[in-house]
Amino acid sequence: MNEVDSELRALLLLALAGDNNAYCEFLTRAGARARAYFRRRLAAYPDDVEDLVQETLLAMHNQRHTYRPAQPLTPWLHAIARYKLIDLLRVRLPRSAAEVEIDDESGDEALHASDALAAEARRDLRQLLVDLPDRFRLPIVHVKLEGLSIAEASAQLGMSESAVKIGIHRGLKLLAAKVAGSR
Amino acid sequence: MKTDALIAMLARGPVRADSREPSRRLAMATVAGLVASTLAMLIVLRPRADLADATSQPMFWLKLVLPLLVAGAAFVATSRLARPGDRAEVPARFAGALLVALWTMALVVVAITPGDERARVVVGTSALPCVVAIAALSLPLLVAAFIALRSLAPTRPRVAGLAAGALAGGLAAAVYALHCTETTLPFLALWYVLGMALPALAGAWLGPSLLRWR
Repeated sequence: MNEVDSELRALLLLALAGDNNAYCEFLTRAGARARAYFRRRLAAYPDDVEDLVQETLLAMHNQRHTYRPAQPLTPWLHAIARYKLIDLLRVRLPRSAAEVEIDDESGDEALHASDALAAEARRDLRQLLVDLPDRFRLPIVHVKLEGLSIAEASAQLGMSESAVKIGIHRGLKLLAAKVAGSR
Repeated sequence: MKTDALIAMLARGPVRADSREPSRRLAMATVAGLVASTLAMLIVLRPRADLADATSQPMFWLKLVLPLLVAGAAFVATSRLARPGDRAEVPARFAGALLVALWTMALVVVAITPGDERARVVVGTSALPCVVAIAALSLPLLVAAFIALRSLAPTRPRVAGLAAGALAGGLAAAVYALHCTETTLPFLALWYVLGMALPALAGAWLGPSLLRWR
């Protein structure tokens, strides 16, 4: 495990224990690495890079419980980014979908470069968010965008606290599904 | 939405998560599938009539324990493969070593069996029902494991499907062992393994199309 890996890993472990600042820092750095990864591999589709970075961040968030603390972090990041890349290429290159091969399975070098310069995303996640049903959208808007606590959002929406939490969780998964559907 | 705004959104609010969740979901699915599979065996096939006496035979326990060991290895492998970038070589090698040991012992048994007895020792009296029943009993387990996997993040869907199928097959074979009255090692090595291989192959075949996640 190299230094970059162990720093990022420490941030993610803090985040999984509930540290929001560490999580923000983790997502920023993981996003920068994903961006460098996609820029290098999507020279033919530069406009897709930022969309794919956002999809990857959303997938990392939705699946953050799948990181096993004893596992090195880079392969985890890399496998998610690669999965999203293959998903995209499957749509872009439908004829050769079955043969899509990304020959960097090991991931040792693949995700160490970092690219903090975000381009404009083509697809607007906010628009997709607006289209979610209220029971998912409102918890996300109150807690994730306006920064209310779960208790405050629950009082304001007249939903139980667990319903608010489930609404956020399901809503972000649905958002990720819509993102993929909008390609 | 800019990427920074997305990150701020994702990082706000409760972000705590439990990394034991994948194993827990898979375990719950496995228990549910096992209950369904066991009920199906109890109702449709029925346990062997001499079950109480059979518990004194080593072969009875071998037919039970060996598939359970395969299932245990497959469970570990599946819960690893539900996580992006995680590896499953150790449980895979363990399962492989079990099979090699079983086949070696079975070959020894065949070798020391007199020629006119061999067909009976290998084929027994219920080879086809054994394969069909194990494959059928594995279905609820396979469905349950796939449902759990779809909520997780398998990045190698074919291998994850194979592992989930081996888990389903191993447990189904152990359930079937409570019904089966065959008493030879070669029977176990051939027909039980074939019965377990069918759901494993089905899992590998279905994985790429069914194990999609966001």
